[in-house]
Amino acid sequence: MTEYNFAYLDERTKKMIRRALLKAVAIPGYQVPFSSREMPMPYGWGTGGVQVTAACLLPEDVLKVIDQGADDTTNAVSIRKFFEKTAGVATTTETEEATIIQTRHRIPEAPLTEKQILVYQVPIPEPLRFLEPRETETRRMHALEEYGLMHVKLYEDISRHGHIATTYAYPVLVEDRYVMDPSPIPKFDNPKLSDCAALQLFGAGREQRIYAVPPHTSVVSLDFEDHPFERGSAGADCALCGASDSYLDEVITDDRGGRMFVCSDTAFCRARRRAGYVGLLAAPYEEGAA
Amino acid sequence: MSVAMSAAELEEVPLLEVTGLTRRYGARIGCADVSFALWPGEVLGIVGESGSGKTTLLRCLAGELQPQEGRALYRGEDGETDVLALPEPARRRLMRTEWALVHQNPRDGLRMGVSAGANVGERLMAVGWRHYGRIRETAGSWLDRVEVDPGRMDERPTAFSGGMQQRLQIARNLVTGPRIVFMDEPTGGLDVSVQARLLDLIRGLVRSYGLSAIVVTHDLAVVRLLADRLLVMKDGRVVETGLTDQVLDDPQHNYTQLLVSSVLRV
Repeated sequence: MTEYNFAYLDERTKKMIRRALLKAVAIPGYQVPFSSREMPMPYGWGTGGVQVTAACLLPEDVLKVIDQGADDTTNAVSIRKFFEKTAGVATTTETEEATIIQTRHRIPEAPLTEKQILVYQVPIPEPLRFLEPRETETRRMHALEEYGLMHVKLYEDISRHGHIATTYAYPVLVEDRYVMDPSPIPKFDNPKLSDCAALQLFGAGREQRIYAVPPHTSVVSLDFEDHPFERGSAGADCALCGASDSYLDEVITDDRGGRMFVCSDTAFCRARRRAGYVGLLAAPYEEGAA
Repeated sequence: MSVAMSAAELEEVPLLEVTGLTRRYGARIGCADVSFALWPGEVLGIVGESGSGKTTLLRCLAGELQPQEGRALYRGEDGETDVLALPEPARRRLMRTEWALVHQNPRDGLRMGVSAGANVGERLMAVGWRHYGRIRETAGSWLDRVEVDPGRMDERPTAFSGGMQQRLQIARNLVTGPRIVFMDEPTGGLDVSVQARLLDLIRGLVRSYGLSAIVVTHDLAVVRLLADRLLVMKDGRVVETGLTDQVLDDPQHNYTQLLVSSVLRV
């Protein structure tokens, strides 16, 4: 018989992760080492996020899992099933109903509240890694606030492309102290990190690091005075719900250059269509159709 | 000592005063009881054979090694400090601002993965520059000063020849206007014509910016051209000091005599 402890991990492991989480919340943006466990899924599939979620879950929680904004992609579906099976918690696809949202690569469009926790899956937690391969050195740089190197990366972008070409995992400065990798969310979502009402937790399973942005914390995207941070946009509206202020996915529709843009946040798009918003290519809204 | 010293006062006291510096590797001696003074605008050469402790001495001063004994009194913009007793953050800040270290192998001193312009700009960004246009302009003008075509500033150092890499490393170090530059065999590994050009360049830069420099080398021709004064080291100890011409033309210690007579003549 398969009898799991609540949320898969044993209580001592969850306690260890919670201690790391408390420390992370106390020092916003600081990467806290933790002894990451083997999870029944491969590295890169959200082992860090799953462990953080497991440590935060209560039986009365309502869980939502998204992957690239969508509730119905493989990663999201399998993690949601995992917690349905091992914790028996209620799940949802509606952002507003969820108390814990585990995410890969997106922040939901709907504003988050004080009652919610957003858990990010992080592949590489160290923002300085690609320029400085030595962990001893990057730790020292964080300790001494030596962040000139982060701007070297942005400088390279501009010298090569004429503008800051980093579009995801765009480095941020948290509470005027630690430079942090916000995980591979699009830079479009960066402004949502700052002064967010929800608690934001980041888990990197393979790299064994946890970090956090507590509610209402200042998060500033790094830039140059003469090349300020830009949020960027697809320059189109959602073809299904007509939204002009959401992050859009480009969908190739044929082999002659046809394409459409649709909201990456499926819950947001569905809610708008339910409320009667119609985009250029949308069929009439039908509950359960997509 | 007050921060606001007049230029005249500055001339009368050494910029850096090292006393009794000792670094041991276990029971072995790296360098022992080394004392010297470096004056503003002066180039001090440290010569000796391999294993004589000259690189150990340089690395102790540059903060890469911690000596067991000794003091290094530096009279910088913040007044008088014993550099060897500084906490690490202050030490690293000093190495980014008022001091600079040119490595023998440019690959140790450069970031090979980013462009030449970013290599020069890194020190500026590290001291808080946040204006791309100004960083680029300053980097370009420094590349020009070290005779690297500014048109190549977006190329990576891997595309540069050895001599160009070394000149790039010098530009990267001088861009923040340091007062003391440490050089470890700056011409090592370069062929003679490139060496001559580099020496000429370093001499020009040192003179025109009033830099003080400590040059470690085994090559007596390098110090003959660059250094005002010499420190001869043997087995970790200083065996002879004096003006460069005096030491090279009239060596007193028998090891110095051996060193001078060992130079091959063409």
